[in-house]
Amino acid sequence: MTAPGLAGDMQQRPVDSRARRLARWLYTRPRAQLALLLAAPVLWVGVVYIGSLVVLLLNAFWEKDAFTGNVTPFAWTLKAFVDIFTKPVYATVALRTVGIAIAVTLADALLAFPIAYYMARIASPRARGALLVAVLMPLWAAYLVKAFAWRTILQGNGFLSWVLTPFGIPGPGLTQLFNAWLVLSYLWLPYMILPIYSGLERIPSSLLEASSDLGAKAGTTFRRVVLPLVFPALVAGSIFTFSLSLGDYIVPDLVADAKFIGNVIYDNSSLGNLPVAAAYSLFPIAIMLVYLVIARRLGAFESL
Amino acid sequence: MRRMTIPAALVAIGVVLASCGSSVPAGALTSLGDGEGALNLIIWDGYAERGAVDKAYDWVTGFEKDTGCKVNATPMTDSANGVQLLKSGQYDGGSFSGDATIRLMAAGDVAPVNTDLIPNYKDVFEGLKLKGFNSKDGVPYGVPHGRGPNLLMWNTTVVTTAPTSWDPIWEGGSSYKGKLSIYDSSIFIADAALHLMQKQPDLGITNPYQLTDKQFNAAIALLQQQKANGAVYWGLLTDQVQTFESGDTVIGTTWPYQVNLLKGEDPPAPVEAVLPNEGSTGWSDTWMIAKNAKHPNCMYRWMNHIISPQANAQATVWFGEAAVTQKACDAAEAILPGHCAAQHASDEAYWDKIWYWTTPQASCADNDDATTCKDQDAWVEAWSTLRGT
Amino acid sequence: MTESPGVRLLLRIGTWVVLGFLYLPLLILAIYAFNPSRALAWPPPGLTLHWFGDAAANPAVRAAFLNSIIAGASATAVALVLGTLAALAVQRFSFFGRDTISFVLVLPIALPGVVTGIALQTTFKTMGLTFGLPTIIVGHATFCVVIAYNNIVARLRRLPRTPEEASADLGADTLLTFRRITMPAMRTALLSGALLSFALSFDEIIVTLFTAGAGTQTIPIWIFTSIQRPTELPVVNVVALVLLLLSVIPVYLAQRIGGETAAVTR
Repeated sequence: MTAPGLAGDMQQRPVDSRARRLARWLYTRPRAQLALLLAAPVLWVGVVYIGSLVVLLLNAFWEKDAFTGNVTPFAWTLKAFVDIFTKPVYATVALRTVGIAIAVTLADALLAFPIAYYMARIASPRARGALLVAVLMPLWAAYLVKAFAWRTILQGNGFLSWVLTPFGIPGPGLTQLFNAWLVLSYLWLPYMILPIYSGLERIPSSLLEASSDLGAKAGTTFRRVVLPLVFPALVAGSIFTFSLSLGDYIVPDLVADAKFIGNVIYDNSSLGNLPVAAAYSLFPIAIMLVYLVIARRLGAFESL
Repeated sequence: MRRMTIPAALVAIGVVLASCGSSVPAGALTSLGDGEGALNLIIWDGYAERGAVDKAYDWVTGFEKDTGCKVNATPMTDSANGVQLLKSGQYDGGSFSGDATIRLMAAGDVAPVNTDLIPNYKDVFEGLKLKGFNSKDGVPYGVPHGRGPNLLMWNTTVVTTAPTSWDPIWEGGSSYKGKLSIYDSSIFIADAALHLMQKQPDLGITNPYQLTDKQFNAAIALLQQQKANGAVYWGLLTDQVQTFESGDTVIGTTWPYQVNLLKGEDPPAPVEAVLPNEGSTGWSDTWMIAKNAKHPNCMYRWMNHIISPQANAQATVWFGEAAVTQKACDAAEAILPGHCAAQHASDEAYWDKIWYWTTPQASCADNDDATTCKDQDAWVEAWSTLRGT
Repeated sequence: MTESPGVRLLLRIGTWVVLGFLYLPLLILAIYAFNPSRALAWPPPGLTLHWFGDAAANPAVRAAFLNSIIAGASATAVALVLGTLAALAVQRFSFFGRDTISFVLVLPIALPGVVTGIALQTTFKTMGLTFGLPTIIVGHATFCVVIAYNNIVARLRRLPRTPEEASADLGADTLLTFRRITMPAMRTALLSGALLSFALSFDEIIVTLFTAGAGTQTIPIWIFTSIQRPTELPVVNVVALVLLLLSVIPVYLAQRIGGETAAVTR
């Protein structure tokens, strides 16, 4: 790492410019440096993002007229919360969504591991480069287009039906919950492959050689050495697969005619019941906050 | 100029002042200015075509050229969605059905319309003027677009005998397990209530939109039975078009537009539709202007344009609904002979049997304080529960 | 650990299976781009280039593409600036709430898009803002910050402090050191962060749907509305295919840059 020209600059007498005076002032005041650095990001995320969330969540506590659909600000009521906690449909939808999100994460972890391992430890550098490109490319195909392509594959006269009909097996149609699991696992798979690949790549070969020198068989080495080391990366990948599945509403509607948490929130907001949409949003927010806290404990944030 | 006597002049001035004061409703546009260059509309899909599907059907590009108002049209999935879109403040107006219009008028989200600024308004059929769904306190709130009934559509290769009643999607639904195509909106509860009016008259349902608890629960039970028979719900009409094309659905409730689209394919999809003998729910759509529309002059120009003969003829033939002026009917004869007769455009007796979409209200929309009905929130919530479990 | 030949073979097969799974829908999408019929039956009745002409002539596609590029570039610029500032703060200083910063920055990506979208839409509406490209950019920048931040923090972590100290010893002030030493060293992280941010912004649909308003379309919004119209569906397939093929360039670039970084740390 070189800094050409720096030596050249230093041969002249440094000009006491405004910038230099500012730098000197800052040099003795690390707190001011910190404040200047943090001001913009904190303001942005704090005001724009957290502020918007607060505005949304306030709506959960306000009254809405059934006929006109108007929400009256500062007309406090707990009606929306009573609704979501007493009506069983909200719990059903939540359980269904969390279940699918877990199933998607597990499926992606299982699918990602072989290819990530191959890329990280077996493939030649050129093959590794090619495989990386191959894994990244699908991310650049629009999410909507991929979801819709799956719809055409799964529908009555689509590709899957065409393949299965000679064997007498009926196609899945567009109303199976299984479809949502399949398509979501497909969509988020690259997000799982990449962190696991990075995690596996970082494991020094010396550790694995030492393990076999100590007499461990391949399976034991994998279980005792590789897995624990790659676990934070797995958790990092799972943050994406879990949260993206938890909040999605387009895929469940498009390929499974099912209602997930995202659908309930979206339907309520688009049909005029913002208080219920806001109240129900607290649910995935709470789940993800807990998930993120656990993930951070497990070291996933360094592997993102 | 002939000299007027002073009393006559005063009378003349008085008459002019009086008519100025009374014909323009408060809150409506008083004079038409230049177009603002853009127009944001909320529409039912198919209401603002620019020749993309069929080059012969385009009533938008001509309007854009004439007025300079570039049209952005956003489709709504159902009326509740349309109401919410208008409340966002991002639109100048839209084509709303009766269950949306009365809510918008009550909430003050739409402005009354100054019909003096809409020359074509005088041609509108009397049966569509100053109705409960498009006016308030005798003041007009919009111009009509068209009206039509919801229909029963089926795939002729699977359903070989043509149905004449709604039974196949209710009690007869088990014959088409997993292939029923049903509209995904809470307003469909009214269709269940309509069916019960015939099948369970002892429930005493007189209006499928205003239901007591007992009547409502019976309707929901019927819908749950339908869901158990494997209903596939369409929120966007293209969803339904695709499921009929792919064979994933074979019979269901539809709008004439989907029938037209399916039959218009190359080769035509094997579908037929009918208005079953029990009657049906339906709609009468009105173009309304948002209260604080950013482009009111463009919106007024659009409202005048859409009820002009050529535009309304094309729009109603395209969608498959009844035109709203006699001149549009005459123009439609050149596009599709017999169109207005087939759609009963001027036959008001026919429309008495069609239950236009309207909002369920706790007051039952009558003057009887004794009865209470399920309101809009209860309908939406019951529908979400049905769909979510 | 040298894997046994049997395990190697299994892993190779597994890799091909996963790659096949990843590319099957893309292949079908590509074939549908040449499908003459508007209906989506399989197999398609023939092949045609007709839709490519339609796509090229479609003004809405061009407008949406332009909007996507502008939104992506602007959001990436904002994200890079904010991400760098935050990364420098977190990496170079220790202070109360340091761990919270990285936690809070990841929230816009970790929380469901529909919640972020509705929250932003409600806030913008309450403030009476007009929806359009600026509101889209605000939404995109918010969740792109963490991507830039992660890349830069990872790079800063691996950066030895000695060149900076040497520079200070030679008399350079803080700002000069940053400009001449730190920034060039971060360049690869900035580039890969920029590429990933741009990709995320380019493909984002859910938050964009809520923040775009009536008259503005990005490519994902155009795709979303066109999928709902039976006539424009074939054009969607064409646009998607073309974008996918074009994307080889940035993907290849990103991989090269990432490869450089990896080579340095090995």
